[in-house]
Amino acid sequence: MAQWMTLSDAITAFVQDGISIALEGFTHLIPFAAGHELIRQGKRDLSLVRMTPDLIYDQMIGAGCASSLMFSWGGNPGVGSLHRFRDAVEHGWPTPLVINERSHSDLSNAWVAGAAHLPFAVLRGYTGSDLPRVNPQIRTIACPFTGEELTATPAVRPDVTIIHAQKADRKGNVLLWGIIGVQKEAVLAAKHAIVTVEEQVDRLDAPPNACVLPHWVIDAVCLVPRGATPSYAHGYYTRDNAFYRRWDDISRDRATFRAWVQEHILNTADFGDYLRVAAESKRQVASR
Amino acid sequence: MSLPEYTSDEMMTVSAARMLRNGAVCFVGIGLPSTAANLARLTHAPDVVLIYESGPIGAKPSHLPLSIGDSELAETADTVVSTPEVFRYWLQGGRVDVGFLGAAQIDRYANINTTVIGDYGSPTVRLPGAGGAPEISSNAKEVLLIVRQTLQTFVEKLDFVTSVGFLSGGDSRRAAGIRGDGPTAVITDLCILQPRLPDRELVVTTMHPGISRERIARSTSWDLHFAEDCGETTPPTEHELEVLRRLHCESAAAYAAGDGA
Repeated sequence: MAQWMTLSDAITAFVQDGISIALEGFTHLIPFAAGHELIRQGKRDLSLVRMTPDLIYDQMIGAGCASSLMFSWGGNPGVGSLHRFRDAVEHGWPTPLVINERSHSDLSNAWVAGAAHLPFAVLRGYTGSDLPRVNPQIRTIACPFTGEELTATPAVRPDVTIIHAQKADRKGNVLLWGIIGVQKEAVLAAKHAIVTVEEQVDRLDAPPNACVLPHWVIDAVCLVPRGATPSYAHGYYTRDNAFYRRWDDISRDRATFRAWVQEHILNTADFGDYLRVAAESKRQVASR
Repeated sequence: MSLPEYTSDEMMTVSAARMLRNGAVCFVGIGLPSTAANLARLTHAPDVVLIYESGPIGAKPSHLPLSIGDSELAETADTVVSTPEVFRYWLQGGRVDVGFLGAAQIDRYANINTTVIGDYGSPTVRLPGAGGAPEISSNAKEVLLIVRQTLQTFVEKLDFVTSVGFLSGGDSRRAAGIRGDGPTAVITDLCILQPRLPDRELVVTTMHPGISRERIARSTSWDLHFAEDCGETTPPTEHELEVLRRLHCESAAAYAAGDGA
């Protein structure tokens, strides 16, 4: 049953050091506020799952929250590298990062299997690729009907999934739209789910077939306006492409990154506070 | 008639766009493939169907998306589906005619690497990884590759095989049970390469204007062959350049306008 609570309380209640956790959202509705709160609360040794680590996991990896990462594409879209992710893989900084690397097709199938509480996903994939050689969890299975050799990979069932959505009603029923990625599957596959939302409404007014997550599959709903910044919330605000580009400079150097995390996350009380500080930083960059 | 001035990157993008036939269903990677696919849509192929892995099917963006899931893609699409649906029903379902991909390394049989430079366990450069490429390259009916041609990208042996072209050449791809026909062209900033039958090694089929055989050979780590009837790529038309430059211009303005905090 969903409970409305603050994001800080939800993270404290459901996220312990050492658990597996997924913060999903494919370019759109990336739950940045939750990622920041995990850093702010000093979470450690997390096993991260996410198709596209994006800036949110670059920040968490660089801040030392993670010991492993399951992913399928780890770049800054349209910009280049995720420097903190690369530093962790290439140099073990700030701590070594064990990677469990898959393809988009595999991981999205694995989320479906996870949501269905099945043990594995089956797909036509990876033939001829070196990925099965470096990831022993990518295996084959014979179709029991035709004998065709297919790829089998383990389902994803994290301890906690966190997503961001456009709105929730007072009971905690959640509505999201636009590019919805794997969020529904990620919530249904997890033992606990936290959802941050742009606004609380009296009625969702969702049309039939809309992507609604009923309140009884969610543990906590948190009101965090602009909580997906610098990604976007369709119908609310656009993607801050300028920040995605600026991240390349902020994250390239360890000291610059650490100073950014200190000023913008550790020294801020919550995401609202972060947004004020970030707006000030943006003004300073613009006036240079 | 004087030819318009253009860059090698523009020649590459225009050449790649021309490869996409009107009405084709195209699964588009971000970056150069997305630029070329949208240039095709805005010139000779208005009915091309662009599918992005984030979920938009039939996207018609007015500017180029910076990321694979910009709102512009969702707002201009015929429909937006979940990411599992894109890969399960549409790609694996055999509904994609052309996969349009880039790569960090490519070999003579058009196998590609987007995973690591160096050893996987201790890489010199950790690249973004597979994304949709392994299944796009094996499930799309055909694949187009866009890669800038240098000694670092056109290599004798890949550091890592992320996605397959023709494996070890000949019929090895089909023998491995891979469904699509594989890469039909590799478009670079210097030339266009296509697989030669029967060994399916990439050979140069047209050279871009002003580019010599020596220059192309010098930018390739293997002993590259040229097709017997190897000719010159048709240079970009004024119209192609105008549309491409306008696309870049509008995209730059859109990136700068991000209104987040």
